[in-house]
Amino acid sequence: MGSSDPAATDILRQLPRVESRSGCLRQGRHRHAAGHEQSGLHMATNRIFSLHVPEPECRPGDTPDFSKFEVPVAGEVVRPPVDVDAEDIHDHAYDIIRVLDDDGKAVGPWAEGLEDDEALKGLRDMMTVRSFDSRMLMAQRQGKTSFYMQALGEEAVSCAFQAALSPGDMNFPTYRQQGLLVTSGYPMLDMMNQIYSNSADPLHGRQLPIMYSSKEHGFFSISGNLGTQFIQAVGWAMASAINGDSKIAAGWIGDGATAESDFHSALVFASTFRAPCILNIVNNQWAISTFQGIARGRAATFASRGLGFGIPSLRVDGNDFYAVYAVAKWAAERAHLGHGATLIEHVTYRAGPHSTSDDPSGYRPKTEAADWPLGDPIARLKQHCIARGIWSEERHEQAQAEIDSEVIRTQKEAEKNGTLHDGPRASPRDMFEDVFKELPPHLKRQRQEAGI
Amino acid sequence: MARMTMIEAIRDAQDVAMSRDEKVVVFGQDVGYFGGVFRCTKGLQEKYGLQRCFDTPINESGIVGAAVGMGAYGLRPCVEIQFADYMYPAFDQIVSEAARLRHRSNKDFTAPLTIRMPTGGGIYGGQTHSQSPEALFAHVSGLKTMIPSNPYDAKGMLIAAIEDDDPVVFLEPKRLYNGPFDGYHEKAVTPWSKHELGEVPEGHYTVPVGKAAIRRPGEAVTILAYGTMVHVALAAAEETGIDAEVVDLRSIVPLDMETIEASVRKTGRCVVVHEATLTAGFGAELVALISQHCFWHLQAPPIRVTGYDTPYPHAHEWEYFPGPVRVGAALKTVMEAS
Repeated sequence: MGSSDPAATDILRQLPRVESRSGCLRQGRHRHAAGHEQSGLHMATNRIFSLHVPEPECRPGDTPDFSKFEVPVAGEVVRPPVDVDAEDIHDHAYDIIRVLDDDGKAVGPWAEGLEDDEALKGLRDMMTVRSFDSRMLMAQRQGKTSFYMQALGEEAVSCAFQAALSPGDMNFPTYRQQGLLVTSGYPMLDMMNQIYSNSADPLHGRQLPIMYSSKEHGFFSISGNLGTQFIQAVGWAMASAINGDSKIAAGWIGDGATAESDFHSALVFASTFRAPCILNIVNNQWAISTFQGIARGRAATFASRGLGFGIPSLRVDGNDFYAVYAVAKWAAERAHLGHGATLIEHVTYRAGPHSTSDDPSGYRPKTEAADWPLGDPIARLKQHCIARGIWSEERHEQAQAEIDSEVIRTQKEAEKNGTLHDGPRASPRDMFEDVFKELPPHLKRQRQEAGI
Repeated sequence: MARMTMIEAIRDAQDVAMSRDEKVVVFGQDVGYFGGVFRCTKGLQEKYGLQRCFDTPINESGIVGAAVGMGAYGLRPCVEIQFADYMYPAFDQIVSEAARLRHRSNKDFTAPLTIRMPTGGGIYGGQTHSQSPEALFAHVSGLKTMIPSNPYDAKGMLIAAIEDDDPVVFLEPKRLYNGPFDGYHEKAVTPWSKHELGEVPEGHYTVPVGKAAIRRPGEAVTILAYGTMVHVALAAAEETGIDAEVVDLRSIVPLDMETIEASVRKTGRCVVVHEATLTAGFGAELVALISQHCFWHLQAPPIRVTGYDTPYPHAHEWEYFPGPVRVGAALKTVMEAS
């Protein structure tokens, strides 16, 4: 984790193998001790087994305590050359690259390369995502759409990453990278039209809200099936290589979905074919109600999984816009120069509910997000911009008001095109289109029978 | 024209497609240097290079998933799953991704893939080298499913599949790779060189997608079949002397209902034959469609002759495989019904 103290580094190396990285203050409950007492009679010859089922340290009613999560010092992780071999940067899969320090200063070897206007655009993009999320959450509560998923607390991951890509590069996102669209300039109106499944929905009401698609903005069609897009990103990158192109692909997956088979498929293909791609794991600690330990995020870091395939793997502070941007730039340059894939674990925290159908108070402490040691990505970049002298509290407030009113104005415009249960929507006749390129006889017949 | 086996025809189809369109790429397990365990890609790597024809890790989901990504980029992958029995790890990518990509993205992205897989039994392949999973694909909206029965069709259909902008599952009856097979395993195999459909034009041609072929015109009863069972049906018609019309469906999605309806309305009787297991097999769909569309023309209940609802056995290959004796018995049954 970047400490220059060798003793501290040793401890930190061991951290991933330790089950309890973050503790908490338990109230009146005892952890079950895996049947050790019972095994005494049988000793080594005839042990009575007990299934190991990892549990988070904290459950509802407990007081969150991340005191065991050691926040690495900003600026201390080495920035290796982009042609580095995986074996030469093993520590990067266990460290956390951070640029913004406690005072909001950008420090260390990863700090270069973000101009004033880029930093301010990043701030604005993240604020837009959060404002948009909060508005759409409300729209769902008001019954204007059936479903929504926020990226609360994870805005830096997608907004900073997109800023590091070039036009023509292709993301294969999950449902929690709306920041990629916002940063790439995809119209917010189209996002809302999709969420409302209305008459202007670019996907004609065929898809669940938030499962956007925009080839033009380098955003591959989102699927409900987890992990599938990770290997597709590798295939896209292989195609770019086969075609002698210079475009790269970026795959996205959450901590929970790394347990899916396609995660493994992607790593082996990316490694075998040296595909020009960046494989992003967003470790937000939670897969709906399941803590990341179930996907074995504490047996070893998620990033370290890339090492077994010889893929350079890094961990980055996912709430540090600067660090995400710098690492993405590094990985993109590496891919562009033909050195192949990079695996990045973005360490962050899912501050909001999994979705509008979820209530996290049923499985984790209510205040856990507030205690997350890596803080809030917007607050941290804001602090940086103020410290840099290019931003102020007043300008921030003013920008917030502008963004909020723009979101509301856009929402009103979207609602003119209809919402899920009110107003115009795509013709039901359209559901028969695009199953195939041309309508085959059996679908013609079914459409006739449906009388639409 | 040249005499070709089905293997040579399939190899030639890929050669033609690759030479005409540099976006066509071929990959899968052992398909590169070695040329495939059935030799269906022999020489392609040598001719087109490692960028166009290559070996992959043993990972079916990876093979199809990478192909979906390549299709989204703009390539036209023709990939191989070594045996249809091993497509299950790729099922998520086939069903949830390849089949739905065009629809769910409003054609922003498409999946112009061909997924080749050797299928079918009659080769002592046991449980995992003999299955016929076509019903699993036919049930999926957005997939086309084709099964050739001879070298001429195999080449023309495979070129059509590769050129098709929709994802195609291309099932190759491996029992037919080297010669037609009518179910009489004791007999020496007749090579394709002795069969008129072993005559394969050189260069480019296609067999239109979704068009059935009548292999034996007849008046008494319609046999609906595809793959190996086409040859079994022909043998059964010959042996029983019943004037059966043998329809080779070639493509089960889309299905050529026009040809099927015309035949069944003419004969008034129908036997559906497939190797796959009975329950919820594709035969059920055929019987349902015939019942709905030809009901007033039927003189007997449609019958299915299929594999049994058991895993494909090894020792009991010929009790399991629906051979000409079982098909012949079914023909007699439908003819006796009034």
